[in-house]
This record gives sequence, C-alpha cells and structure tokens, in this order.
Amino acid sequence: MKENQKTYWKGIEQLTNDAEFVKKNESEFPEYLPISEQGGETNNRRDFLKLMGFGVAAATLAACEAPVRKAIPYLNKPVDVDPSVPNYYASTYVNGGDAVSVVVKTREGRPIKVEGNKYSTITKGGTNAQVEASVLSLYDKERLTNPLKEGAEIDWETLDREVTAKLADIAAKGGQIRIVSNTVLSPTTKKAVAEFVAKYPTAQHVSYDPVSAYGITEGNKRSFGEAMIPSYDFSKAKTIVSVGADFLGTWISPIEFSKQYAQTRKINEHHREMSRHYQFESNLSLTGANADYRTPIKPSQVGPLVAAMYNAIAAKAGQPKVSGGSVSADHLNAAANELWANRGQSLLVCGSNDPAVQVLVNGINSMLGNYGTTINANAPVHYRQGDDMAMANLAKDLNAGRIAGLIFFNCNPLYNSAEASALAAGVAKATLTVSTSDRLDETASAVQYVAPDHHYLEQWNDAELRSGYISLTQPTISPLFKTRQAPESFLKWAGQDVEYYTYLQNNWRETYFAKQSDISNFQMFWDKALYDGVVDFGTTAKNLNYDFAAAATAATSIGQNYKSAGSGLELALYEKIGIGDGSLANNPWLQEMPDPVTKATWDNYLTISIAQANELGIEMKEGETQLVSLTVGGSTIEVPALVQPGQAEGTVGLAIGYGRTKAGRVANGVGVNAYPFITKLNGANTMDVLAGVSVAATGKPYRIAQTQTHQTYMGRENVIQESVLTEYKKDTKAGRVYPKIYKDGKYYKPSKITLWSGHEYNNHHWGMTIDMNSCTGCSACTVACQAENNIPVVGKEEVLNRREMAWIRIDRYYSAANPAGNKKELEQAAANPEVTFQPMMCQHCNNAPCETVCPVAATTHSTEGLNQMTYNRCIGTRYCANNCPYKVRRFNWFKYHDNTQFDKNSSMNNDLGKMVLNPDVTVRARGVMEKCSMCVQRIQAGKLAAKREGRRPVDGEINTACASACPSDAITFGDLNDPNSKISQLLQIEEKKEGEKVTERVVNEDRAYHVLEELNVNPNVWYMTKIRNKDKETTEA
Amino acid sequence: MQVTSSVRKPLITGGKTVHDVTEDICRQVEAKPSKLWGMAFGISVVTLLIGFVAVATTLWEGIGMWGLNKTVGWAWDITNFVWWVGIGHAGTLISAILLLFRQKWRMSINRAAEAMTIFAVICAAQFPILHMGRPWLGAYWALPLPNTFGSLWVNFNSPLLWDVFAISTYFSVSLVFWFLGLVPDFATIRDRATGIRKKIYGALSLGWDGAAKTWSRYESVSLILAGLATPLVLSVHTIVSFDFATSVIPGWHTTIFPPYFVAGAIFSGFAMVLTLMLVTRAVFKLQDYITIEHIEMMNIVIIVTGSIVGIAYITEFFIAWYSGVPAEQYAFYNRMQGPYWWAYWSMMTCNVISPQLFWFKKIRTSIAATFILSIIVNIGMWFERFVIIVTSLHRDFLPSSWAMFYPTIYDVGVYVFTFGLFFTAFFLFAKFFPVINMAEVKSIIKSSSEKTA
Repeated sequence: MKENQKTYWKGIEQLTNDAEFVKKNESEFPEYLPISEQGGETNNRRDFLKLMGFGVAAATLAACEAPVRKAIPYLNKPVDVDPSVPNYYASTYVNGGDAVSVVVKTREGRPIKVEGNKYSTITKGGTNAQVEASVLSLYDKERLTNPLKEGAEIDWETLDREVTAKLADIAAKGGQIRIVSNTVLSPTTKKAVAEFVAKYPTAQHVSYDPVSAYGITEGNKRSFGEAMIPSYDFSKAKTIVSVGADFLGTWISPIEFSKQYAQTRKINEHHREMSRHYQFESNLSLTGANADYRTPIKPSQVGPLVAAMYNAIAAKAGQPKVSGGSVSADHLNAAANELWANRGQSLLVCGSNDPAVQVLVNGINSMLGNYGTTINANAPVHYRQGDDMAMANLAKDLNAGRIAGLIFFNCNPLYNSAEASALAAGVAKATLTVSTSDRLDETASAVQYVAPDHHYLEQWNDAELRSGYISLTQPTISPLFKTRQAPESFLKWAGQDVEYYTYLQNNWRETYFAKQSDISNFQMFWDKALYDGVVDFGTTAKNLNYDFAAAATAATSIGQNYKSAGSGLELALYEKIGIGDGSLANNPWLQEMPDPVTKATWDNYLTISIAQANELGIEMKEGETQLVSLTVGGSTIEVPALVQPGQAEGTVGLAIGYGRTKAGRVANGVGVNAYPFITKLNGANTMDVLAGVSVAATGKPYRIAQTQTHQTYMGRENVIQESVLTEYKKDTKAGRVYPKIYKDGKYYKPSKITLWSGHEYNNHHWGMTIDMNSCTGCSACTVACQAENNIPVVGKEEVLNRREMAWIRIDRYYSAANPAGNKKELEQAAANPEVTFQPMMCQHCNNAPCETVCPVAATTHSTEGLNQMTYNRCIGTRYCANNCPYKVRRFNWFKYHDNTQFDKNSSMNNDLGKMVLNPDVTVRARGVMEKCSMCVQRIQAGKLAAKREGRRPVDGEINTACASACPSDAITFGDLNDPNSKISQLLQIEEKKEGEKVTERVVNEDRAYHVLEELNVNPNVWYMTKIRNKDKETTEA
Repeated sequence: MQVTSSVRKPLITGGKTVHDVTEDICRQVEAKPSKLWGMAFGISVVTLLIGFVAVATTLWEGIGMWGLNKTVGWAWDITNFVWWVGIGHAGTLISAILLLFRQKWRMSINRAAEAMTIFAVICAAQFPILHMGRPWLGAYWALPLPNTFGSLWVNFNSPLLWDVFAISTYFSVSLVFWFLGLVPDFATIRDRATGIRKKIYGALSLGWDGAAKTWSRYESVSLILAGLATPLVLSVHTIVSFDFATSVIPGWHTTIFPPYFVAGAIFSGFAMVLTLMLVTRAVFKLQDYITIEHIEMMNIVIIVTGSIVGIAYITEFFIAWYSGVPAEQYAFYNRMQGPYWWAYWSMMTCNVISPQLFWFKKIRTSIAATFILSIIVNIGMWFERFVIIVTSLHRDFLPSSWAMFYPTIYDVGVYVFTFGLFFTAFFLFAKFFPVINMAEVKSIIKSSSEKTA
C-alpha cells in the first residue's frame, strides 16, 4: 500500500516550492489567462461579447417605438365614473326650433350615443337621424375653440369689455340693437334675452326659422285670434289627409307624428283596422311614400285644392262655400268624403306656409270637429316661432343703416334665411356685430366678434316644446373648448355676472317649482326633473272659435295668388330628412345617410318627373345623370337631375341645406344652395316657386352617389309580400306567399327538406321582427347603428363605388309601371308608384350560408342564435359576402381610420372625433368583413347586468340601437325563448319544448315571413307583410 | 411493348436521327440567347414589373384599389384564378392521361405543356393570396397548421379550403412529374457541357447514369405519377367549381359545374398549349418535332371539349327554365339580356361557335387559323369565368343591392402581373431547359426509322 502513496508533482516548481508557484497554485488556472487584463488598451473577447450584446439589445429597443400610454389612472376616482360602465343622462337635443327629449349615454365622461327619452310624452323614446347624429357634431373639429375678434383669438374678458362698451355706446346714442335667432325654445334663455333687452331698451329680439311655419301661426291668428301652432294627434285619426305636409319626415314634429301615425298602422288578426292616408304633394316625400293614396299636384294647385276641399266639406256641414276651388285632382272627392264620414276622427294638415291656405285648413278641421280630438289648440307647440315679416323688416332696416348693433344668436341667416343676400350686404353697416355660432360659418365669418356657444351636450338649459311641457338639458361633458353659453353672454353684457346654471335653477325655483305642489323641496323637485328630463304641467282648456269670415277673405287671396294650374314649370323646395335646413351639414353621418326616398348621399339635386326626364333625354343608370341648368327668375344654376318617380309632372324639386361654403370640410361645396329661391307669399316665406322656372339639359355628365340604383323589386314576392286592407280583413294571410319545394311527387315547406340538423338554443334565442306596415323609412335606425357600432363614413367616391359600410340599410322599392310586363318592363318604376320600405340587415340565419364557406371559420353561430363575426380571425376572402343572399355583409376595402384619404370619416381620423367611438365595439381593420351583430355588446352588457343581480334579463331591457331609435316601433328585438317577450307575442311563436331545434319552432302570426324563405337559410329576422289601406290592389298610389 | 403499325405516318418528320434530336434540342440550351429570345424575355420582365406596381399598390392600400363592391365581392381576381388553373390542365392531361393511353404524339409537346401547367398554377396561386383582405395572415391561416391560438382550426366545410388542398396537391404532383421527365434530358446536356454548366445540369440530373435499371425505374415512376396525376386532372377543376356550386347564388348553385368546368379547363388548356407551341415551334425551328399532325390532334381535342362546354351552357339554360325557380331563371335571362350581355355573347361566340370551325380540315391544319382560334378560345374561356362570377353576383336575390362592376387599372395590372410572371418563367424554361423531351422523342424516331429502313 505504501507504494500507492506516491506524490506526483505538477512540475519542478512544486518540488522546489517556488514562491511564484505557490501563489499561483491557489487560483483555478495557475497559468496566465488573458481575462485578468482589465482596463488595458485592447478589449478582450468578453468585452466584445458584452458590447455586442448591449449593442444588439440597444438597437432592438431603439427600433421598437415605445408606446405612448396616455391612460392615466384616477388619483381620486370621480364618484359617478367607473371605467367601462356607461352613465346615462336625460337631456334635450336642441337645434334651432327642433327639440327632442333624449337620454345621453356617456362612457368615461364622453357622450357617445343619444337615445330617445321614454318619459317624454311627446316623442316617447323616438328619435330621428339628426338627433342620433348630433353627438358627432360635439366632436366636430371645425368648432371654434376660442372667442374671436375679426377672426383673431381673444379672451372672454376682452370680448366682454369691448362688446359691453360698444353696446353702451350704441345705447347712449339711441341706436337700434337686434338679437337675431332661430326659434328659441328655452324659457330661461328668453328670460335672459329679456334682461338684455331691459338693459338696452332699443334692443329687439327677432327670430326666424330657415323653414318657416309663420303661415301656420298667422293662419291661426286669423282663424282663432291666436298666433300658435296647435299640437296634432295622428293616432286618433282614421282619415289623414296631408296637402304637401311631410309630417313623418320634416314637418313641425316628425318624431311625435311618426309615433302617433304608426299606432294607426299597426294591425293584427284581432285588430284589422288602420287609418287611411291621402297625400297631395309635388315632390315624393317620405310621408307621400307612406300614403295609401297619393296624388301628385303642382304647388300652384295647393291653394285651389284646399279651397275645393273646404267647399266639399262646407257643403256637407251646411256652411257657406267660398270662392275658388275649381280644381280636379284624383282622390280629392274620396278624401273629402272620408274626412266627413270620420269627422272628429280625421285630420287635414297642410305644409303650405301661406296664411290664407292655413285659414281654410283650419276651417275644414273646425267643420270636421277635429279640434279637441286630433288637434289640440290648447297645447300649442313652440317649434316654430319665426316671424317672416320681422325678419324682412330687419333686412330693410339694416340696409337703411338704421341698426347699429346686431347679435346673431346661434343662427346663420347669411346662409339659411330668405334675406341672406340682403343681410350679407348690410351687415357691415352695423357698428357692432356679434355671432354666437359654434363655428366660423357664413354669418360668423362676416361679423366682428364671435362669442361661441356651447354644444347642447355641454350646457345647462331648458326647452318648452309644448305649452306646459318642459324638457331639461344637462351637460354630459365639461366644455371642450373655451366657449360660453350664449344666454350667459347676454347676461354678462347686460351687466349681470351670473353663472347660467344658477340663473336656470333660480328661474325654475321661481317659475316651475312654484307652479306645482307635489314636491315641497326644491332640490328634490330639481333632481326629479333632471332624472326624468321632462316636466309636463299640462295645459288649461281655452275656447277657440273659428272665424268663418276669415275663410272668405282667405279664399279671395287664394284666388289671386294661385293662377290655377299654371302651365309653366314650378319649383318645390323641400328639406331632406338627413341634412334638414343645413345647420348640421358638417356631420358626415348625415351626409352619408341615404335619403329615404332617392337613396342618394352627399348631394342635393333637382328631382324631375319621368315625363320630364324623357323630354330632356335624361336616363339615369347607376347614378349617372346630367347636370341641368335651372333658371328661377333671373338666376341660373347648374344642378344634377335625379329622375324621381312620383314627382308631379310640371314640377321640379330641390332640397335646401346644401351648398354650404363655410360649414367645415365635410359640408363645404356639397350640392347647391337653394335658399335664394325662397320668396314671400302673403307675407310669409314660401318654398314654392310658381312661375319663372325653366330647366334645360346641359349634356354635362354627373354621378349622384346612390346606395340603391335599382328601383323596383321585380315582382319578387319572396322579397316583398304585400296586400291591401280589404284583403287582409278577409284573410290574415293576404299577400303571403308560401314557397314549396317539389320532391318525390310531393310539395314540401322548404324547411322540411334540408341537410341541416338545426341548432338548439337552450338559453336565449335572439330574434327580430320588422313591421313593414309601420316602418316609414325615416332612417333613424341607420344613423343609430352607425353611432353605436363605429361604422365608418366612406365619402362620396366610395359610395359611388358601391362600398358604403351601413350595417342596416333601408331598401326602398317602387312599384313597377307594368307589373305584368316582362323582365325589362319590371325594371321601370311607375310614374306615381307605390313605395315599400324594407329595413335590411344581417338576418342571423340559423342555416347561414356565410358560415359554411369561410375557410378560417371567422364567422360562426352563437349558442343564442346570433351569426357572429370574428374580425381578428377574418382574412378577407369575401366568400361570405358573395354567398349572402341578402347582401348585408360589408368589407373594409381600405383602412378607414387614421387615413388622410378618408378625412371626412371624422369619427376615426382625428383625436377629437375619435371621442365619439363606442369603446365596446372594435374599429375594424382594413381587409376584414363586418356586418350587423344585433348589437352583441348590448346583449352582453344586459346579460351581465342581470347576472350581477342574479336574475334573467327582462324583456325590453336589452335592445338594439336600431330598435330603440325607431320612432314608429317597426323594429322589435327580443328573446324568442321567453314566451312573455314582446317578440314572442308578436310572432305568436309556440313555446320552446325541451330539446326542440330552432328549425322546428312554429310561428303562428300569419303576417310574419322570412325574406327568401325558399332558400331555407332560416333567418332569425321576420318581416310583417305590408298592408295598404286601399280598396283594391293597384300599383298607382 | 406496344406495336406500332408500319403504315402509320411518322410522328417526327424530316428524317431526324437520334443524334439530330439531341443536337436540335440541346442547341437552344447551349447556344447564346438569340436576339428574339432576348426581346421576348425583356418584354416579359417589363410586363412583370409593371404588373408588380399594381400588386404592390393593392397590397399597400387594400383591395379597394380594385373595382369590387358590396355586391360583387369577386370579379377579375377569381376569374383569373380559375382561368389560370384551367389553362394548367392541358399539361397534366397530355403528360398523364395521354401517357396512360399510349398516345405517342404527345411526346414532342408534353414537356412544354407540363411547364405551362406549372407556371399557370403558380400564376393562379397568386390570386387566392392577393384577393384576401389580409394576405399576410391569410397566407398561412388558411392552412390547417397547429397553432397557439387555442383550438382554432380551419373550416373544413369551406370549398376555399378544399381549393387549398386541391391546388397544392396538383402543383406538387405536376412539379415532380415534370422534373422527373427532365432528369434524363438534363443528363444529356450534362454530358455535353463543361464548366459550371456541367455542375448545374449535373446536380439537376440527380446522377443519372442511363443504366437499364435506371431507365426501368424511370418508366415505373412515370407510370405511377401518371396514375396519380390522372385523377387530379379531374379533381382540381371539380373542386374549383365547388367554390360556386356549393353556394346559394343563382347561376352558381349548379350541379353541372364539375364536369363542365373540367371540360372547359381542358379546352382552354389545349388552346393555350397551341398558342405557346406554335410560337416556340417557329422561334426554335422545331417544325419537324411539332408537326401539323400534332396541331390537328390538339384541334380535335378542342372541338370535343368545346362542344361539351357548349352543351353545358345550353343545359344550364334548360335547367334554369325547367327548375321553375324565378331567381335562377332571372340569372340566366340576365346573362343573355342584362347589362353584361356582351360578356355572355363574347363567351358564346368564342367558346361555342369558333371552335366548330375546326370541323374543316383546312382550318384545323392551318397554322395561322389555329393560332388565332387558340387565342379566341382563351379569351372566351376568360369571359366564361367572368360571366359566371360577375353576372351571377351583380344581380342576385334582392334588387336593392344590384350593382355593376367596373374594373380599375389595378384589376388589369394584377392580371398583367401574372402574364409577366408566366412568360418570364416560360422563356427562362425555354432557354435553359430542353423544351422537347429528347429521351422520349428518340423512342419514336427509332420506330419510324425502322419503317423507312
């Protein structure tokens, strides 16, 4: 063993125990290693690796743009704001004389959606396209951010000082001051204006309306001695006759009237009655499109026709006849007879602004005993308070140099009044001119000082829509810019330094709180008013007696003014549903909303009759048309022509509200300005030009961007199923078509022959019904959908390329000129067609053709019957869209957000506009498909809310944007598995049995049908047949 | 071994010897590029680049650069796709089916025809990728790849997915088949070449030694591949037709589509082969290899398939009427009399009427007439797909959505791009690869020389 204990030396150094060796022996590597050489001139290998590693990492980090996180957590969370939880505030939409009680949805302090206020006794939760779109106007980049003096920004102190000094100077010299505004609905604002007038006694408040109803107020003054517009109740009318009044679209209070009118159009097997509606008009209006019988008349026939109607009724009522009235029009006698037969339950309205005509209209309604039933003169509405005479005088005085101070209060008369050119010429003659416009519009750019007002969503205010009915406006966001509420400005200039909120509350304490006795504490009263949004005090009855002497005078005037049936061409100006008077023209949602009747976007145009189109040699194809030169009086403009079936022969129509020059980048240069064609008749503005109109073809091609270019439904009964009331009374299946599939010698229902096994929905089963009988085509739903679902605006060029993105569209079909004709003839619309509106969106098919063809399963079926679209997964083959029989899928052809090419899509292309986006809905990327989701985000929110409270969602709690916007309750959404839901009741769907497949469920409502039933795609959307109240089926309305 | 009658006319004329064949074919590969070739190649590359601008713009800006809209979601893209796939069919038919049927006349044309197949399928494959809204994702999401997205998988119900399988299988089999046929010829070139060329062709010829065993294996594999490729000739266009046939759109929803599409594909494929062969024949002076007899044979195939297509068109009409389905009836009425009547009648004239001219022997043996008609047939077949896709979509069920499709410069540009791609590839092939299968042609020389001897 000893031998094994040998010692092996590492070397001679160990043996000799060299001092150097002993020292180095302790380290791991006794020999020299280069690593120990630190800080020398040369870098070693490890340094190289370190540097390289750092370099690569640094380069990589530098290449990645570090995201800028702007989200800052709350230090102190506001009490009411919970991230991702919306808050709702009752408020009032006000735009000039239009006002609607609304509920505003806000997310993280941003208003993102406007809905109707169900507590409103006027609009009852309905809205229209303008109300729905108004939230985008809040985030309009063109709004002024600061007060201005001669176009330069100044601060409010300077402005107040200078304006007050100038006012004092004018007052001292006894100069005249005028406040010009549209109709002011707010009693508190009026009080503030009154205080201003009290301070400067030479001041007067002049109001005008771009679309005047002065003739009605004046007519009522002559008839009853009281200048007012009564409230109407169409729901009580069995016979409705409208002479040129577009009461479902633009006249006085269209949302309210749509609600009432729809009630008279709802039918079911237990209630087989509906109102009958006669319409006499020149342009095919939305109302005319819904009429049972429509007679095209020339504007010059309006007066004589009303006189004839008066005489026909007078003859029955035993009242003296008036002069004139020698006019013959289809359905005139029938209308008169029915009015008389349903006296007390009938209603005649007239859109004419001629006081004389309105006097006769009042006479007819008086004789029919409609006051107290369908007309309530005790509850006058305040939407139109403009005084056309006062405005004309103002223009005269201004040009004569008699006015020193001029304040334009939220109005734009240099564009939208009949006196626009006179005012433009005279505005420089005043020593002080101020505008409170929110933008540098045509008027604001012509004045010295601009004191921009808040948007309605930023302010406190009130509005008295109807006598006794007051709706409160509360801010839903703090003012975005350095703006100030106009009445506060007036108070300031009147020397009162008071916040408008305090002023408003004080006024309410003094006026309305004092008026009631239910609540004793003002704060409680105020809180309740704010919560409800509306306070309705009702009205007291007054006795109004019609002055028959006025009728005779009026008839004489009519005889002078309407040279009956003039042979020349006549021009009827009108308002479009979307753009209206043009004040909201810079709102791209409204510009791109297809007109319900013409389906045209981004333009106004001359509507010409088919006969005239043939004369001018204009044939419209895919929106291709010609510019025509329109001469009115002395002036000539070039305007595109649109061939409009239903246009009265010898008339042309042109919409006002276009041709803006200073509204902003969206509206500027769109269309032509028709305001200069407004003239005076009998002291009131008239939209009708009875003489001196001519049209000539120019041969210059033009394309109107229409979303629908095919006019008829080609007799396809699988698309539109319709009938007339007389048939429906006999058989509730009237108009229904039941397709059958032939197999092995027998005919089967399409659903009986299928490869599909069918889904079973055990929790919810969402569905929708659309009543084509009550849908008026108003398009509120389309804009509501656009706001709710972040749908991009694509602009005129892309609409021309047929690429609009709307998830819900309203198909409008005219009846064919020859329904029995061949396929070519079926394409031609009748000269005065019947019109059918069919809202069309994703049908959420249970046997969905889109779902089977997607290669990546990006569109799938939910367990609740929804056809879902997964944007993330979509690769954009568009196969689903091709295979969709309803063509409701929309493809993102381009990147519509953050793209300067689409800057008109203002809700996605600037930081301000983006605030309107609904954070619950993805903004879709380029290259993906999208479509109606049945507002799945709302369904999800509703289910979550219910789950949190440990209950099932209640019917009505979850509603789609389109259904809640609908002013005529045509769209019903709900759970088909809930036997008590409104939709289940409507469809009379048999209760779901255990394990029953969706394809086996039975719907018992005879009117309900699936569009294209023979395909057996089995949609979750049902349509209700269109029933017209006609005696027999004819195509001419 | 099959027996060839000695009274048969020789398939290769000019009394070519085996050596002549090698010389004639290899000359193209070995010589400096001719001026004519240079010009043709140059034009092709320029076309490719011009077209690429359209492709790049589409990729950068979006599909909106094309003329598509909410109603017509496919137009030129899928038209071109189906057209190119159809063209490819002739190559496989000639090399596979005619091989199985022992049609020896195919030997001098199959190489170029197969090359055409490969390039046509490459061109066709551009469209399914380019037409996607998000090709950067779709290019691989459309494949059933394992992924980390959870249980996300492709939709096996979708005919587009079937297309992915059909086209990729077809492409790989065709490529292998084509390459296999090239191996002996590459070896011939290798044996004659020096330097770098020898290395390249040596690599391509996969160490071919010309041994009897090698030849035997070569023949067996050819036969197996021919057997594999034969059903593909039928299946690919059948599956492509399913894109339409399985849908609900009137004019698409038709059970006649599979056979009709296959016939149409062979029809257009033969026309394209003729177009290309007539040019190659003239440029490379191969009149002795591609004879009038070849041309006539192919023209006969064109008459047959053209007539099948014609009958299919008429049957569609009859069934549309007989079905009693109004939407279906309207779709076919609309083809004839709607706004796209000109496309329909172009299709009818080019596809049904013009090939009937080949009944006249004078026309079917005339090179000029054949060339013109072959182009007409291809125009007609493009219109066929356009008619099926666009006129069916633009007016389907709801008249409210009826719209027109107008192509943009980018639609045209992308099509031009594929032409550039096709011809660039084809001219490269024609220069660097033997355009005629030397090995096979030599086998028919022998039999014909026996006869003369």
